[in-house]
Amino acid sequence: MTQDEIFGKVRTVLVDALGVDEEEVTMGARLTTDLHAESIDFLDIVFRIEKAFGFKIGQGELFPDNINDPKYVQDGVVNANGLALLRERMPHVDFSEFAKNPKLEKVSEIFTVASLVSFVAAKLQAGSPAKSSAAKLA
Amino acid sequence: MRWLWIDAILLHEPAKRLVAVKNVSLAEEHLHQHFAAGADGPAQPLMPATLMLEGMAQTAGILVGSVRNFAEKVILAKVTEAVFEQDVAPGQSIRYDAVIERLDDMGASTKGVISRWDHRDGAWTDIGRTEIIFSHVDQNRAGLELPEHNFVFGENFRAILGGLLPRGAGQASAR
Repeated sequence: MTQDEIFGKVRTVLVDALGVDEEEVTMGARLTTDLHAESIDFLDIVFRIEKAFGFKIGQGELFPDNINDPKYVQDGVVNANGLALLRERMPHVDFSEFAKNPKLEKVSEIFTVASLVSFVAAKLQAGSPAKSSAAKLA
Repeated sequence: MRWLWIDAILLHEPAKRLVAVKNVSLAEEHLHQHFAAGADGPAQPLMPATLMLEGMAQTAGILVGSVRNFAEKVILAKVTEAVFEQDVAPGQSIRYDAVIERLDDMGASTKGVISRWDHRDGAWTDIGRTEIIFSHVDQNRAGLELPEHNFVFGENFRAILGGLLPRGAGQASAR
């Protein structure tokens, strides 16, 4: 499946899950600030991507799990260990901007449409079932 | 007393499907306001679609809760679809037929079909459909502070759950 084909399906998922117009779903659009996704929409998006592409997504694999653990977060800020783990577990996400001011409350703002497309492409390439331990930080 | 919008559970296929029924009676106060007589014409008592949605949410929520013996706090998270194509009037019955599409630690997605029984026809007619997502709220990412006891499947749900509810289920963490 080409990246354009993946993007087309991801766009349909987001139009259905978030009630946005197709034109709003660009590769650079952020799920929360641009497409107005709320926390519960992330669960809906996971379910819909699984259905659209026919693979399973483990808990915390696409979006971060409960990461509010003192090992990784202090005073609401993700520390170096937390950032390293996020990068290792979620290679589909660009954490460079987030790393400059890594407030936990802002973590959901880093997800773009491109993150989803990249995640799906990697999953399709791997062709393997989800690992349940992925990104389980808590 | 919690509002219960189902009267009985008719069928339970564990982890798959739950079917419940509600009988609509003119004795229900809310029907006299929905819709009352006015300048537009005589009273037209009809079951509000919002309460049918609540009935389906209770049916599907019980189904989702039953998968883990009511240990999880199952909260309605999102109604992704709710379509109602025909009305239900007093004297008719409503059937809520809910199935689980997907369930994991985070929550579950369900689909539902709402049907209406009319004694004159002696038949069920499909009148609506739903898609509802539930969250296992203790597992959610929002980090909400919630009571430890399971306030979703409390004591007042026991009458309707009947044989579905194992002894002590939903009460394990109650104080």
